[in-house]
Amino acid sequence: MSPIPPLPDAPGGARAATGGLTIEAVGLRKHYGDVHALAGLDLVAPAGKVTAVLGPNGAGKTTFVKAVATLLRPDAGSLHVAGIDAIARPDLVRRVIGLAGQNAAVEPALTGRENLVMVARLFGHDSSAARAAAQVVLDEIGLSEDADRPVKGYSGGMRRRLDLGASLVGAPKVLLLDEPTTGLDPRTRIELWESIRSLVRGGTDVLLTTQYLEEADQLADHVVIIDHGRVIATGTPTELKSRAGLDVVEVRVRHADDLAAIAEVLAPLGTEAPHLDEPARRAAVPVLEGTKALTEAVRIIGERDIELDDIGLRRPTLDEVFLTLTGAPS
Amino acid sequence: MSTALDHTPEHRSRATSISASIHQPASPPGVWATASTYAVRTIRQFVRTPQLLVVNAVTSIMFLLIFRFVFGGAIQTGEVEYVNFLIPALAAVSGLFAGGAVGVAEDLESGLYDRLRSLPIPRPAVLLGRSMADTALNTWGTVITVIVGFMVGFRVNGGLVAALAAFGLCILFSASFTWLMIFLGLVSGSAQAAQGMSFSVFPLIFVSSAYVPVESMPGWLQPIAENQPVSAMVGAVRALVLGGDTEALLGHSTSWFVVRSLLWSAVILVVFGSLAARRFARL
Repeated sequence: MSPIPPLPDAPGGARAATGGLTIEAVGLRKHYGDVHALAGLDLVAPAGKVTAVLGPNGAGKTTFVKAVATLLRPDAGSLHVAGIDAIARPDLVRRVIGLAGQNAAVEPALTGRENLVMVARLFGHDSSAARAAAQVVLDEIGLSEDADRPVKGYSGGMRRRLDLGASLVGAPKVLLLDEPTTGLDPRTRIELWESIRSLVRGGTDVLLTTQYLEEADQLADHVVIIDHGRVIATGTPTELKSRAGLDVVEVRVRHADDLAAIAEVLAPLGTEAPHLDEPARRAAVPVLEGTKALTEAVRIIGERDIELDDIGLRRPTLDEVFLTLTGAPS
Repeated sequence: MSTALDHTPEHRSRATSISASIHQPASPPGVWATASTYAVRTIRQFVRTPQLLVVNAVTSIMFLLIFRFVFGGAIQTGEVEYVNFLIPALAAVSGLFAGGAVGVAEDLESGLYDRLRSLPIPRPAVLLGRSMADTALNTWGTVITVIVGFMVGFRVNGGLVAALAAFGLCILFSASFTWLMIFLGLVSGSAQAAQGMSFSVFPLIFVSSAYVPVESMPGWLQPIAENQPVSAMVGAVRALVLGGDTEALLGHSTSWFVVRSLLWSAVILVVFGSLAARRFARL
């Protein structure tokens, strides 16, 4: 009987379904001396989506995010953020973006709440609005209970979450996350992914950079792979992975003598002849349907009673993606 | 108008509460809001990091005691007692010893300045806030210098009003030196480098009339020592504190020193303020 209608709950319910572009970069260039960090980058991030910029160290990811965040001015090209010309009107862009950089830029001597209130004030909130915004964000990122403790007592994961929260206190339209999980242990990384996911469902467009294929896969609807300051591939994570290489069934036998027998088992399952690594007692083969092939391999090996140290299915690594897409290791 | 409070928790999905509960601010913050927000944060950082306050105080006291009791006996200052020659000088240059460059470099390294530069703020106001906070910290150093100075025999002869004016000048000098330190911190790139660069001001402090009379230096060095900003500032504070009858000993009138010191402060503030602001815009 509540007079207040419930808020739309469906994921993406609040997202603009305009089909517009949140970020549009055309021919973007930036060089530092002889190093061309951006070498004519053409990149679009569709509105209402999470876009991941994937690439190895030095690919130009951070330079691109800095250009979008108006921290640096490109040498050439055009850049629009939420429809605003970022080169002509960086001041207007700053009113609609939120940035969480590679380091957790939070002050250890201040409490979590004080950190958020400070950033909220600098977004333009007055004192009471800043406090209210900080409280909303603290609830969102699950730090309410620790809000009044100094940040120096926080774990690495809590600091990153607070940093993520700091980028949200101004209710930005576009959230920029530069390698949000770099340096975190696997468990903390997964927790942070959860936080990002629940935050972005609310209608903020997100651009994130990452070195990890898995992270792009976990968080993004749209992936842009860049290298040497240029885009080398775009698509959904699934599209890119299918283009980038197949799953691999990898087996390590206990006794080197069994390697030939294993090769015989794997050969009919793979798309090419198994690759044998005798010193490591390892055999690997790319397969079309990963889980099916793995189940089949386990069944046959069990029947033949071959002793194994390890067997598993693995995704192509970022290195393998690069190898396939560029023909050169990253 | 619906606000976050209107929604029961079950209706308020995690997903939509940020965009539903926080409104975009109507207008970006002004210079004063920006500067004071960053200054308050920086002062809190000082106050809650007792090491900073203690190191600052210990350094000031150590220099004071070494010069008062170790070197002082060998330095001839004519009719002015060395302790009365020394303390006004230490108070005047305490801002140069404080090493504000390190804090700036730390904020740069931590990524805080990237975040601040992505916000809709008047950028130079961040540096103004830093200067305000650093000036407050330097004033703490000046106060300690003066108190310990009194404990080891320093006396004011120029009257209360002149002494207060001298104290005000010390704060002003330190405020102008914060801009030099901010600039050094911004160009250093790291806290360690900033620490090293802070030492680059040592010649400015020592090749001056702060610790020894300029006349005791070699002839070629005297014009340099005589005409650099620290000597003007030290001279102004000394003349005010020691009173009119020492003007002859100091070589110039009180107003000559005060005017020169004010001009130097303005020059330092304008030059390094604009260099720092330029640097901050293009980090």
